[in-house]
Amino acid sequence: MGRWSGIALAGLLLAGSAGAEYGDVVLNRRAESEGMPPVIFPHWFHRIRFRCKVCHLELGFEMRAGSNDVTMQDIIDGKFCGACHNDEIAWGTENCDLCHSGRPGLETGIRGGHATKGPGVW
Amino acid sequence: MSKPWRHGIRAGVAALGLLAGVAVAGYWVPLVKDNLHDPESPAIGVLQEPAEALSKLPPDPAGNQVDWIKAIEDGVIQPRTGLHSREPMRIRDDFILLENTGEMPMVRFPHRSHTLWLDCKNCHEKYFVSRAGANPINMYKILQGEYCGRCHGAVAFPLTECKRCHSVPRKKD
Repeated sequence: MGRWSGIALAGLLLAGSAGAEYGDVVLNRRAESEGMPPVIFPHWFHRIRFRCKVCHLELGFEMRAGSNDVTMQDIIDGKFCGACHNDEIAWGTENCDLCHSGRPGLETGIRGGHATKGPGVW
Repeated sequence: MSKPWRHGIRAGVAALGLLAGVAVAGYWVPLVKDNLHDPESPAIGVLQEPAEALSKLPPDPAGNQVDWIKAIEDGVIQPRTGLHSREPMRIRDDFILLENTGEMPMVRFPHRSHTLWLDCKNCHEKYFVSRAGANPINMYKILQGEYCGRCHGAVAFPLTECKRCHSVPRKKD
């Protein structure tokens, strides 16, 4: 491969690495096995509106993708996502499709990592 | 084989390829193309697009391409500090110098930028003991998602940004 084609390829690889937004979380510990598409949680959207501490202290979300065993019943009962997604602060749980919007077969975890693809255990 | 004009064309194509890559990578990918959202999902078109929100925030070359600290400091965003309460954040303005960094410059940890987002209890005593020198932090653990790696590399600026943390040169003897 020549020098020029190498540079062009580097550019195209850079383009190809674009995808999930930094900090996007896939929640599929239960969703698909219970008949719903995976949930895509966008950190960027939520941090514009809330400090980290609101969810990661007040609501009790552990700071580790995959370690929060959230059930739909919890959410309906006002825990975790349901503390806001209750038709008061944010849309309620009747809007299934807005959270359960992921492609089939996605694995739980955090996405959109930079060149390191994020820490190994994630 | 080595006709000069061929080099010119190849260089031109290479430059276009590189520019195209840089241009695309510098923008926010639409949800329908992010390889996460189902393009058929009714949510597409209802959910806010990253570009719509993030392009209006102070720029940064890494992560979400947003300088999230500047966004708060300049008042561009005012994220809530509580679900219902509006109590102020517990801001701490000091710096912690981590000297045990091998050949790399020392790390200057700013409490302020962290306490703009997090409460003391998010990190202490769960992940960090509140005593300088008491935390056996190293890059291997951070790359495995421990200590700073809980957030950096996932939601806070990535671990490729070495010099943002390793910012204090060691004095030569």
